[in-house]
Amino acid sequence: MKQLINYFMVLAVIGFLASCNQAPTKKSTSSKSGALSGSVAERVYVAPGEHDSHYAFISGGFSGQLSVYGLPSGRLFRVVPVFSQDPEKGYGYNQETKPMLMTSHGFVPWGDSHHPDISQTNGTVDGRWVFINENNTPRIARVSLKTFETEEIIEIPNSAGNHSSSFVTENTEYVVAGTRFAVPFPQRDMSIKDMKGNFKGALTFLKVDPTTGHMSIAFQIKMPGFNYDLAHPGRGKSHGWFFFSTYNTEEANSLLEVNASQNDKDFIAAINWKKIEEYVANGGGKKVAAKYTHNLWHDNQHATTSTMEKEVLVVEPKDVPGAIFFLPTAKSPHGCDVDPSGEYIIGNGKLAAAMTVHSFSKLQKAIEDKAFDGEKYGIPVVKFEAVNYGVLENPGLGPLHTEFDTRGNAYTTFFISSEVVKWNIKDLKVIDRHPVYYSVGHLMIPGGNSQHPDDKYLVAMNKITKDRYLSTGPEVCQSAQLFDISGEKMELLLDFPTIGEPHYAAGIAADKIEPKTTKIYKLEENTHPYAVKSEAETKVERKGNEVHIYMSMIRSHFSPDNIEGVKVGDKVFFHVTNLEQDYDVPHGIAMIGANTSEMLIMPGRTATMIWEPKEVGVWPFYCTDFCSALHQEMQGYIRVSPRGSNTPLTFTLDGDVPGQDE
Amino acid sequence: MQQKNLRTIALTILLSGSMIACGGENEKTSSSKETTTVQQSPKPETKPETKPASDDMSDIGVGPIKAFTLPAEIDQAMAAEGKKIFKAKCTACHKVSKKFIGPSPKGIVNRRNPAWIMNMILNPEKMVKEDPIAKALLKKYSAPMANQGLTEEDARKVLEYFRTL
Ligand code: HEC
Ligand SMILES: [Cu+2]
Repeated sequence: MKQLINYFMVLAVIGFLASCNQAPTKKSTSSKSGALSGSVAERVYVAPGEHDSHYAFISGGFSGQLSVYGLPSGRLFRVVPVFSQDPEKGYGYNQETKPMLMTSHGFVPWGDSHHPDISQTNGTVDGRWVFINENNTPRIARVSLKTFETEEIIEIPNSAGNHSSSFVTENTEYVVAGTRFAVPFPQRDMSIKDMKGNFKGALTFLKVDPTTGHMSIAFQIKMPGFNYDLAHPGRGKSHGWFFFSTYNTEEANSLLEVNASQNDKDFIAAINWKKIEEYVANGGGKKVAAKYTHNLWHDNQHATTSTMEKEVLVVEPKDVPGAIFFLPTAKSPHGCDVDPSGEYIIGNGKLAAAMTVHSFSKLQKAIEDKAFDGEKYGIPVVKFEAVNYGVLENPGLGPLHTEFDTRGNAYTTFFISSEVVKWNIKDLKVIDRHPVYYSVGHLMIPGGNSQHPDDKYLVAMNKITKDRYLSTGPEVCQSAQLFDISGEKMELLLDFPTIGEPHYAAGIAADKIEPKTTKIYKLEENTHPYAVKSEAETKVERKGNEVHIYMSMIRSHFSPDNIEGVKVGDKVFFHVTNLEQDYDVPHGIAMIGANTSEMLIMPGRTATMIWEPKEVGVWPFYCTDFCSALHQEMQGYIRVSPRGSNTPLTFTLDGDVPGQDE
Repeated sequence: MQQKNLRTIALTILLSGSMIACGGENEKTSSSKETTTVQQSPKPETKPETKPASDDMSDIGVGPIKAFTLPAEIDQAMAAEGKKIFKAKCTACHKVSKKFIGPSPKGIVNRRNPAWIMNMILNPEKMVKEDPIAKALLKKYSAPMANQGLTEEDARKVLEYFRTL
């Protein structure tokens, strides 16, 4: 009896504790973690069912993809496949998306994505597209922010290590692609040690069609063989110019670690693209043979075409005098950033203990006065004093990248000293510094590459995580850190893990994208040659040893779902249309023994996979996406007869030939 | 502009296929002959849905459509358009000849209020949660009634077609 009472008391106490615990949890954890006060937790807490205020598009680095996060929560919504196959979506596996990964080197299944940048109108991010570059096989991709899918990939010829890339001008007139590695231009067989003076660096300007977004290479500038690392466009008063950072102006071809760090100053290349545009419009430049793919998604066909382009327009700097200048900039600058007003051009000299701030107005004057310090390969080098606004001495170690707020401040990442430093550009004074964990690379303020940063949040992207999260073996997640920068001091709000290596990011207010996103694909608009618009159109056709299944899917059955007459040695095409017309009702399909693909198909879309049955039997296929209470019932069978058998070709649903019973 | 050598990788297969698609009708009928002979057991004719409770006809359901009266005459042109829409968007789940994934629409105008029918087409998610008749239907069929994104105008045409069944 006594025991029983005790037992109940224990239960009661537990119950009491448990119920008590619910409300104060937030406070009790926060009091433990010092700086992370309860109010900080609330500032990143997005209640169940609520939406984040911003999108963050963070590159996946060696994953080749683009991830989509919400801010301030740091929640991952989607990984958009760009330069790598993605089994989750069938991207790069099904027949419609495989051509997107075609290059002049053939099919490349895995790329390395770097710098997402959002399209702009009048110097403001407009939320139409994200452009992103691949470093290894030089390419620029355009991702639609309606569908969050890759719509176009264009290869960049004469380039290698496409790194100073995918930044857009303030009306998305151009997206640029600069080579990081100097190479023979055009490629040829020559001795590596003859690099100096003989290799070149291609800076490529891609024209963007203002309505469709379609890209085409407008011209390539054949620059000296330096390494072009990063770039940013002029804006406002400096619109019409583009700035590229350079390193290895020594033109070393080996042990660059040492040999490319000899010069105290490298350059920022200042390019007046308006002038070059004009030169080209008047017939300037030379068409040169080249070989590069241009892959384009077609919305209504739900398919990609891959075209091999044959030539490119090349511009020699010497032919456009007054368009290109070198600005001496402290040691091996990485980031080359332009403030929102367009006046300050900042070199993040990663091997210098100083930030170089150049002035656009001084540059104009220097050009007028011909204040040059000689030239390099025919390109005038502007006198340092003539273009320099000032230098921020000893701000930290290893500056990489700077973004801006609307109040005249700059925020710079320091890789070696693992910190973000806030400083005032005009005063050249440090205002605040905050440690990051660890070894920060780039940072992002939504609207960063525009005239109007949306300066509440800052995301720092770190290269090393070490002890910040639960360990997952030798390879741990990489991470981002969210700061609130609305006050005088930066406040660290949140750590969140990222995919691959988060090289770079772009952000934008959610309301610029969310209302325009695609919910379904309209069946009426589907012009895929193998689409079926209703179950009555579903059928199976044989053409030699090819069997084409025109299949439909809807909750929760396939039509047809019983097929006979397939034989060993056949090549079976599943052309599958999702007949749903409602939001968020995809279906999947998996076929045992298919070596090419599974598929996940959105409402109204058609996609194709190939199956080459190798064994006789009756083989099932099924839906892979839990679509309704009857999802487990969404399956079918295909009978495979021996090679040469005369089993007739039949296809039915519930015993009827689709469309025959109506 | 630049000279292009159009090499359409994805579309090569697709194009060759679309040519077959043109001759497809005949092929389909020939293959269907085989199957119809294999399939012997005729499916039982649809039984009408459970006898309507007397107030079923007054339930207009939940959704954008408020009570309205149908004109006495059936508009045949409108019904023909409704039939097209029904064929394209609904026959994956509804057959006139029999109960399929969902009920046959045969005689539906005699057991449901016209506004209810349109609301079921336009607003099925809410109907099966809130309307007693729709709730009971979901329980019976388990499968979801899909929202196929019809406009009110299209739903009205489908309703007109239902009147002819
Ligand atoms: C994915 C299958 C599916 C599709 C597509 C579908 N329906 Fe339904 N429908 C059902 C099911 C199942 C029910 C029974 C109610 C339930 O389970 O929710 C139903 C019920 C109905 C009802 C009520 C029937 C009655 O007897 O009361 C109407 C009316 C209806 N559907 C019309 C349509 C129209 C019109 C379309 C095309 C625009 C359509 N449905 C498309 C599955 C579907
Ligand atoms: Cu399914």
